[in-house]
Amino acid sequence: MLDNYFPILVFVLVGLAFGCVPILLGWLIAPNRPDSEKLSAFECGFAPFEDARMKFDVRYYLIAILFILFDLEIAFLFPWAAIFKEIVNTEAVKMFGFVEMFVFIGILVVGYVYAWAKGALDWE
Amino acid sequence: MEAIVLPFVEGLLGPLWPAVKPVWPLVWTLVKIVLILSPLLLSVAYLTFWERKVIGWMQVRIGPNRVGPWGLLQPIADGLKLFFKEVLFPTAADKKLFVLGPVMAIAPALAAWAVIPFSPGWVLANVDAGVLYLLAISSVGVYGIIVAGWASNSKYPFFGAMRASAQMISYEVSMGLGLITVLMVSNSLNLTEIVGAQSKGQFAGWGLGVFSWNWLPLLPMFAVYLISGVAETNRAPFDVVEGESEIVAGHMVEYSGMAFAMFFLAEYANMILISAMTSIFFLGGWLSPFGFLQQIPLVGVAFSNGFHWMAFKMAAILFFFLWIRATFPRYRYDQIMRLGWKVFVPLTLVWILVVGVWMMTPLTIWK
Repeated sequence: MLDNYFPILVFVLVGLAFGCVPILLGWLIAPNRPDSEKLSAFECGFAPFEDARMKFDVRYYLIAILFILFDLEIAFLFPWAAIFKEIVNTEAVKMFGFVEMFVFIGILVVGYVYAWAKGALDWE
Repeated sequence: MEAIVLPFVEGLLGPLWPAVKPVWPLVWTLVKIVLILSPLLLSVAYLTFWERKVIGWMQVRIGPNRVGPWGLLQPIADGLKLFFKEVLFPTAADKKLFVLGPVMAIAPALAAWAVIPFSPGWVLANVDAGVLYLLAISSVGVYGIIVAGWASNSKYPFFGAMRASAQMISYEVSMGLGLITVLMVSNSLNLTEIVGAQSKGQFAGWGLGVFSWNWLPLLPMFAVYLISGVAETNRAPFDVVEGESEIVAGHMVEYSGMAFAMFFLAEYANMILISAMTSIFFLGGWLSPFGFLQQIPLVGVAFSNGFHWMAFKMAAILFFFLWIRATFPRYRYDQIMRLGWKVFVPLTLVWILVVGVWMMTPLTIWK
């Protein structure tokens, strides 16, 4: 069972190696003549002013929190969706399996509507 | 295929075989990975060339035509050029994270191919949680951009990273919700079985498979998935992440040489990945659209199921990517976020309900 996942592990390692090796080779082969102008931050020709790590809009943060909620929801929906056909074909759990998940989605929709009404999804 | 290669390798190595035997599974896996990666990287190279040609033609230009016949050696010249360009590490940058950024962008873009089936049995790892793996590994790609933008310690990369993180996670939600309906009708998380589920149905029985694939009954989800795929790869018209007229090149501003090339490769590998995933989830993967034409002598072979149909569908979706880049102006950021959160999320939630009710009634087409 877990044997199936071994090629994936190898592939991830190959992917990482594929990222590192060309950068290393490029660094070794290509000319290397840095100077202070070349190594300064690019700001369209002006000398960089202020720190680049400045305050940013709180909405990016809000979106990230909403994403976590929705992504968790998707993670819960996946196993249900993968056996939904079996739920439908089993008379005993047919209605229960259907209604239960939509109650779950409904609870999330209440939160979603609240976020929308509060303006968390607006970018004006 | 292993059964054919194995005796040959055993004969070739002779007395050395016992030494190789314990690591043989690893060697064989590496061989298969090379067999997947080399056509993929060749496709990436020629996708960049094809993009420049297609956009050139659409704008009544010629496109690259100087290097080699019809400009065919252009991507190789580009690659060699990048190889001999200086790799800069800006003074203000966090060096370790600065290198980690491009590596984290390219590694998931390649590793995702481990579970993609190209034809029946042509898959490196036929795992039952294929869809979960794809969703998980494609989420890692966004970290590469965020890490790169943060490590550069420069304003444009920082803005690019902020925009990228919010945009990519927003469209991941609509992609994931759109996939739920596919899973509901496929009854599996295994990519090979998802394609298999599309080969059943009334039309498939008549040899008209094209009407049995998921795109038709799940048409709104197909549209959502395709558009989200464009937004997820930061392609035009959703390319505010690297919008060159506002923030120059976003997270890639401070990168040069091969470090820049890694982001470039990752973007195009991700485009090809999205096209492969769309083909598998909605367009029946390697299934033939007009199976009944198989009875025609000689040309009928082209209408049997096989890898050529998968390749054709991927090429068509990639052409769509290039087409809309040449056609549409860039979206404003607030419009992008509105489309993702206020249009796609409600639409997908409603369609999950629609498909759920549809499958509950006797009218269901998925038995």
